[in-house]
Amino acid sequence: MNWTHAGPTIVAAFLAAFVEFVEALTIVLAVGIVRGWRSALIGVFSGVAFLTVLVLIFGPALQLVPIHKLQLILGVLLLLFGLRWLRKAALRAAGILKLHDEAAEFEKETKALKAFGLPSSGTLDMVAVATSFKAVTVEGLEVVFIVIATGAVRKMLPAAALGATAAGLLVIFLGLMLHRPLARVPENTLKFCVGVLLSAFGTFWTGEGLGLSWPGEDLSLLWLTAAFLAVGLASIPLARRKPDLNIEAKEAQ
Amino acid sequence: MNALKTAWEEFIGLFIDDGSLAVGIIVWVAVAGFLFPRLPRSEQWGAPLLFVGLALILVESILRRARKT
Repeated sequence: MNWTHAGPTIVAAFLAAFVEFVEALTIVLAVGIVRGWRSALIGVFSGVAFLTVLVLIFGPALQLVPIHKLQLILGVLLLLFGLRWLRKAALRAAGILKLHDEAAEFEKETKALKAFGLPSSGTLDMVAVATSFKAVTVEGLEVVFIVIATGAVRKMLPAAALGATAAGLLVIFLGLMLHRPLARVPENTLKFCVGVLLSAFGTFWTGEGLGLSWPGEDLSLLWLTAAFLAVGLASIPLARRKPDLNIEAKEAQ
Repeated sequence: MNALKTAWEEFIGLFIDDGSLAVGIIVWVAVAGFLFPRLPRSEQWGAPLLFVGLALILVESILRRARKT
């Protein structure tokens, strides 16, 4: 296994999956506490089954796409995804956007679920099933994309899947131990790191797909990661300054 | 039908948040793909320039959003 690729792949998949599973856990906890665990867990397992089918279909199917086309398509998708996450994380760190608050999300979800009447005992609570299913599939879809996008090109799907699975097991373990949303997770920091890693992957694969030569070849992933980290960190104080270029231009005249 | 539309919008939302950022990325990648190979010694500077362009697009998007507040 090429550890220059496997290492960042496992880390990116783990961090991204951890963030998404924490968000799903918040909703599933709310559903389980308010509406009952049987229906909540049926929704969870249905969502996991749906996502597993997606991975089993799309994962191997991507191996049939010519390598340069695959690199370019996945590279661009990773760029769109990763730079979006990095942009938002930098804006949150700069105080321009509000930080995501798991405790507030839990309260909001709990309130919304209480508004629906409970079904008679013994019947399946479709509100609970649907809410859990949606939480798992919506958050899980991002994990599936990251696992496939980071793992498909260099046959690193097992490494990416390992990272995501480890994150899922950790979140489940923490959820079982704490019985409350993981509000103290430094979510924005994690999203910032994932944005950096996926932007680096996306840039590297896009370049490969376009036939460009990276200095140091696979080792470029390391300096791309460092460079996006530096750019992301530098943009935070710049965003806080919020320069008004029109005013500065007029003052210069 | 509404459920399909919502699912599609959620899927697109994974990749596109700020439309200008997405357009900038795609345009720059297209420029790199079509123009760089036609320029002299692009095998030395093409890939790093791809990164530089993407970094500038990212920073511009962040600062533009910051100016709106």
